[in-house]
Amino acid sequence: MSRLLTLLFGRLPIGWLQLSHNRGRLLAAVSGVAFANLLVFMQLGIMGALNGSTLAPYALLNTDIILSSQEGNTLTDSEHIARVHMFQALGVAGVADATPLYIGDLPFTLDDGTSVALLTFGVDVTQPSFVSPAVAASLERLTIENTVLLDEDTRGMPAPVLESLSSGASYSFEAMGETLTAIATMTVGGGFLADGMLVTSDQTFLRVFPTRYSGAPDHILLRIDDGVSADTVATRLRAALPSASVRVQTTQGAKSADLAFMSSERPTGIIFGFGVFMGILVGLVIVYQVLSTDVADHLREYATFKAMGYGQTFFLGIVFEEAIVLAVFGFIPGFFVSMGLYAGLVAVTGLPVSMEASRAIFVFLGTLAACTLSGAIATRRLANADPADLF
Amino acid sequence: MTGSPIEVRGLNHFFGTGEARKQAIFDINLSIARGSLTILMGPSGSGKTTLLTLIGALRDIQEGSVVLLDHELRGAPEAELVALRRRLGFIFQAHNLHESLTATQNVLMGLEVHGKGNAAKQRIASHHMLDLLGLAARRDYFPANLSGGQKQRVAVARALVSNPEIVLADEPTAALDKASGHTVVEMLKSLGKTRGTTTVMVTHDARILEMADRIITLEDGRVVTDKSQ
Repeated sequence: MSRLLTLLFGRLPIGWLQLSHNRGRLLAAVSGVAFANLLVFMQLGIMGALNGSTLAPYALLNTDIILSSQEGNTLTDSEHIARVHMFQALGVAGVADATPLYIGDLPFTLDDGTSVALLTFGVDVTQPSFVSPAVAASLERLTIENTVLLDEDTRGMPAPVLESLSSGASYSFEAMGETLTAIATMTVGGGFLADGMLVTSDQTFLRVFPTRYSGAPDHILLRIDDGVSADTVATRLRAALPSASVRVQTTQGAKSADLAFMSSERPTGIIFGFGVFMGILVGLVIVYQVLSTDVADHLREYATFKAMGYGQTFFLGIVFEEAIVLAVFGFIPGFFVSMGLYAGLVAVTGLPVSMEASRAIFVFLGTLAACTLSGAIATRRLANADPADLF
Repeated sequence: MTGSPIEVRGLNHFFGTGEARKQAIFDINLSIARGSLTILMGPSGSGKTTLLTLIGALRDIQEGSVVLLDHELRGAPEAELVALRRRLGFIFQAHNLHESLTATQNVLMGLEVHGKGNAAKQRIASHHMLDLLGLAARRDYFPANLSGGQKQRVAVARALVSNPEIVLADEPTAALDKASGHTVVEMLKSLGKTRGTTTVMVTHDARILEMADRIITLEDGRVVTDKSQ
């Protein structure tokens, strides 16, 4: 390691030699940085799962523009919108087709007594172009009363049930006083608000949720003519529809707005964001403490080097070298332990927690930046190294 | 280079401010010859160490003038002082070796200050200097595993390895036995003759006084005797 760094720097790697000479301190420092990394990775992982589960239901849809109530927050946390706006929208240039989307939370108790909440989409089964190909393939079968598609990643769902569904069998269960029959599966996964998803026909939906009526869906999905910009049509729709009650969003815009809402207005997003901040703060403090103690312990040596003619950049180089060593050596265990914890979290909660390359790179660069910042603060103590005091 | 490497004229130095201000050096005038070995003597608090640090560009010159290697130190910018210090060799009473570096690496620091060079040549030069000081078998030892005398010899090797033009030493033989101390001073004398290295040394070691070219005695910040021999 020393030889490699000597070749790299073209000088003795004093920072590395200092850190490695005191193995106990190095281990403590690396553990501290790894712990801070772990904190940040876990917070970002859960925040990523929050974002992932927020966007996951969009995978069931195939739409260009979504009309929603201004009172709603996200796709799955919505208020009702008058269906009349669908007919108004169809009169706007560029809109090719429209369909209502009904959304409800379906509580359901498994045979073992476990309560499961299923986010239920009610769709028009005559409009397969508005749903994903996987759902569209089974849509015709949903015309049969009380049939549903069940999310095979539903938390707590017994494996034999899912296996029998995969082999073509059906699975009947009681919910909201109705007997529903799952005839096939699709894959979405649970989130923070529901354990899984269900897709059914709008007719079955309205039967299961008797307080809902067809004139007030949760959203209106629009498809636009080929070759027309969704933004252009959205602008026309905003001009044509009452802005006080109707929100017009392109699908991409709706996704972005949902993420922004979940991360900045929901307590969960704020809590995880605060957790990331705390992780970074812990890392900063640990690295600062280690580097600052290290500088203090070597003040006489640094003063000697100053007397010998070494300039300030040399000393800054040592501290930053130490900061980079701590960042790299702390990141590696932090990364691998986080991977293990992610796997454990997925197994226990079913949340879509995964290590994305962009997150790993972001955390690594953040660790480097935080360690460098700590190093920069610690270098203030270098001013105390006065070579005249050596004599 | 013109004249002597160290010219001191009307040098005064003070510590503290206001009523606590105390003068440590009084109107010192010195001209040190190139290649000579000069010893500064005097009781504790006589100002010899302060004078050494002023000559070594480690303290600001407040009054008077110190011309070091043709550079006036008074008012010189920090970069110039740093560059000048690279042409000096410092030997401290406390060895001040870096605990994380081996003997060879400590000596290498005396060379690396001059910039990137041929690493292999620098290592050979460091080994050679350690060998000359009887530390061939201790090259890869950390300071913690060296005796006090061995550490001091490593510090001497670090100061001399870059062939400095001036060596400033504070009690360099205090931690050494008679033979080692003699070796170090002989080496400094030899460098003076062969390379013109000028040495100014603070010492109380009576064993080496006879080897000096000049002995300057200070008392209460003033030069009281100045003998060439």
